[in-house]
Amino acid sequence: MTIIDRPSTDVAIAGGAPAGVKPSEALGVFKRPAASTSWRDWVVTVDHKKLGIMYGVTAFFFFIVGGVEALLIRLQLIAPDGKVLNADQYNQMFTMHATTMVFLFVMPMAAAFANYFVPLQIGARDVAFPRLNAFGFWCFLFGGLFLNSSWFLGGGADGGWFMYAPNSSTLFSPSLGIDFWTLGLQITGIASLTGAINLIVTVLNMRAPGMKMMRMPIFTWMVLVTQFLLLFAIPVITVALFLLTFQRSFDATFFDVASGADPLLWQHLFWIFGHPEVYIMILPSFGIISEVLPVFSKKPLFGYPIVAMSGAAIGFVGWGVWAHHMFASGLGPVSVTVFSMATMAIAVPTGVKIVNWVMTMWGGKLSFTVPMLFAIALVVQFTIGGLSGVTHAVAPSDTQQTDTYYIVAHFHYVLFGGAVFGLFSGFYYWWPKMFRRQLNEGLGKWNFWLMVIGMNLTFGPMHILGLQGQPRRMGVWTEARAGEGFFNFGFWNQIASIGSFILGFGVLLFLVNVIYTHKSKKVAISPLDPWDARTLEWMTHNPPQEHNFDTIPTVGHLDEFFHRKYETDASTHAVKQVHSAEEVMAELNAHPDEHIHMPSRSYWPILLALSLPVIAYGLIYNRMLMAVGAAMTLLTMFGWSMEPSTSPDDDFDPPAPGEGGGHTKELSPLG
Amino acid sequence: MAETAISHGHDVGHGAHSSTGLSNNKLGMWMFLGSECLLFGGLISTYMLYKGRVNAGPQPDQIFDIPFTSVSSFILLMSSLTMVLAVSAAQRKDERNMNLWLVITALLGATFVGGQVYEFTAFYREGLGFTTSLFGSSFYTLTGFHGVHVSVGIIMLMALVGMNRNKRIPGDRAEVVELVGLYWHFVDIVWIIIFTLVYLIPS
Repeated sequence: MTIIDRPSTDVAIAGGAPAGVKPSEALGVFKRPAASTSWRDWVVTVDHKKLGIMYGVTAFFFFIVGGVEALLIRLQLIAPDGKVLNADQYNQMFTMHATTMVFLFVMPMAAAFANYFVPLQIGARDVAFPRLNAFGFWCFLFGGLFLNSSWFLGGGADGGWFMYAPNSSTLFSPSLGIDFWTLGLQITGIASLTGAINLIVTVLNMRAPGMKMMRMPIFTWMVLVTQFLLLFAIPVITVALFLLTFQRSFDATFFDVASGADPLLWQHLFWIFGHPEVYIMILPSFGIISEVLPVFSKKPLFGYPIVAMSGAAIGFVGWGVWAHHMFASGLGPVSVTVFSMATMAIAVPTGVKIVNWVMTMWGGKLSFTVPMLFAIALVVQFTIGGLSGVTHAVAPSDTQQTDTYYIVAHFHYVLFGGAVFGLFSGFYYWWPKMFRRQLNEGLGKWNFWLMVIGMNLTFGPMHILGLQGQPRRMGVWTEARAGEGFFNFGFWNQIASIGSFILGFGVLLFLVNVIYTHKSKKVAISPLDPWDARTLEWMTHNPPQEHNFDTIPTVGHLDEFFHRKYETDASTHAVKQVHSAEEVMAELNAHPDEHIHMPSRSYWPILLALSLPVIAYGLIYNRMLMAVGAAMTLLTMFGWSMEPSTSPDDDFDPPAPGEGGGHTKELSPLG
Repeated sequence: MAETAISHGHDVGHGAHSSTGLSNNKLGMWMFLGSECLLFGGLISTYMLYKGRVNAGPQPDQIFDIPFTSVSSFILLMSSLTMVLAVSAAQRKDERNMNLWLVITALLGATFVGGQVYEFTAFYREGLGFTTSLFGSSFYTLTGFHGVHVSVGIIMLMALVGMNRNKRIPGDRAEVVELVGLYWHFVDIVWIIIFTLVYLIPS
């Protein structure tokens, strides 16, 4: 590892060229890494924006992996007697598809947006624990790679994404796939937990002056609710995963029915995590479109406090509905009734949100840009998925639907039509903020329409298939059992498979759009405020400087940026623009803070995260390796705690001569 | 050197810049402990479900030695008292007493862990292995997780003493001691619950 001294350019100083700097005497084992423009800077960075981009790129990579797995599943089912995959491979494929999409795409992609935009939206210079933030990202990356390395080491997990016991025991799944699955999710779970603590503290503690809770953008609100859900849900799956690991690796008896174990234990633990998880996936997207819809409707969000509070209500009620995943397991009439009622109740705050979004658009000056199209599509598709969800809340109906394709149709409408469309809306909306260029609108519209059509062709027919009784996870269908008539199982399966390839092509167009936008000479640099946006993140440069704001803005309103640009005439209520975005920025930055000390780069997050898969491989293959990994963990933790999160003052540029007392702003001490 | 680092700690660490008035570190620790509640909640539920399920090997009331575990529980509870004294000494900047009480806390914690090791060994000799029965698996898992938490706490305490000797505690020292104290008290409180549910209430 190269050890670099800190050059003066490392230090973010607003207004004023940096003078000479004394490289620090390192307090840790290594000298602190310094800034550079090479790839090394991405390895040691603690900048929330870089980490956000890294989260995004990695999550998109796993999106493609999971997408290829999905296409293989649909290829298997496109014709009778599918020969693409054998039964064992098919089991692995649907398990890993779901696991990848849930844990390695939707959750981390939401984390990408949260990392990048939450500090910007609340007017902070970084997150509360920058090194912990980097550690979280590396845990996610290494955990995801570890999980997927099982493909090359004897096959992936094959028990379905909820891995019901006792089917997950070594008797029924002798390969190492499930061991990789439990340990890999354990590592990504650490990423979620540290991320949750970090973002909660950031939102609660690091808001700009005047940024009250009820002035926070809805995206930040929804991220806050999501992180609380993660904070309390992750430890429950952690327990479940530990029990399963102990069972498979150390012969514990937790799910051994012969010893009197209760298979429902796993189901309860999994779904106490698993149902909040559903909201963990959807709420960030709800947040994104709550930003996008007002901007492109030229109206404030309708009923802001209600949208925020209904998000929080979903977060609370989301803890009391988990057993609706278990209606077919014989819980007894009282439990079924209670959970059935709670599930119907949770539809209320969700419906409230949909009403708010529709009312936001009502009477607005709509402009149908690509982010807006994705946001509207979310409202439409999620409503369809939400309605089929309510049919599951009715227990007698759910008993018929359990483990059929109807369930598959439902959760793809809420997750693809909901969560994924929200994320794509976010890509198009925030791309100019992150990368200075707007994604091409023409290609974007092709991207959008192919995804919408593909999605409905893929998942729409699954409602019909499911209600007619096609079981979920069925690996092969035969002509003889496809039923009578033209519109039989075979027909709908073929439609779904064709739709999935249209969908895949739509996603591919997004990548084409990204490459086109950044390679083509014709794409101009985006203006500072291309969408006429409303929130604080747009009061920064494109992309924001390392320290985000030259001056931390003092917030007086909800939609602060909008209120700085526009004034409302008291008598006529007409809204007129009084300042351009550039003028607002210039006014804000007229007196920039001096001597801003950003958190310093560190080697420790990646090293500590690297020790975790070593332990995990050790647990599977060789206990000695496990000891090596554990020693690495301890040593790196020790090195971490010896290194202050921000370098000492004499590390930074001394004040330039002739300058009086500047405002020194520093960031967090530990973390 | 360390003094300048401390000045960084004060900035966001204390009041003025944080929106809630709590420092980032303290708020973060509270969040972590909130999460830990659910971890032990899951483990305790598992134990409560399985404690009566003994297909083979001894029953819980056949092997528990209540007087012995009461003594080791008492020792662990006393370590909370010494932890409070350490925090109080740290706040008075009384370095000598702070180190003393930290070491005593760690020793009391180590005594508890030693008692647990002895207890596990004794139970194992009496026929309760990790894989013997559902009771065995869930008992060792629950109390083992707690023991690991106490051990991690001991490492944190000793690290504090060592780092303090080299003047390498970053930020506000009294607060760092207090944070370790929060963790330590949490682990003690969890033990009160485990001791009551596992040992005292007959199955």
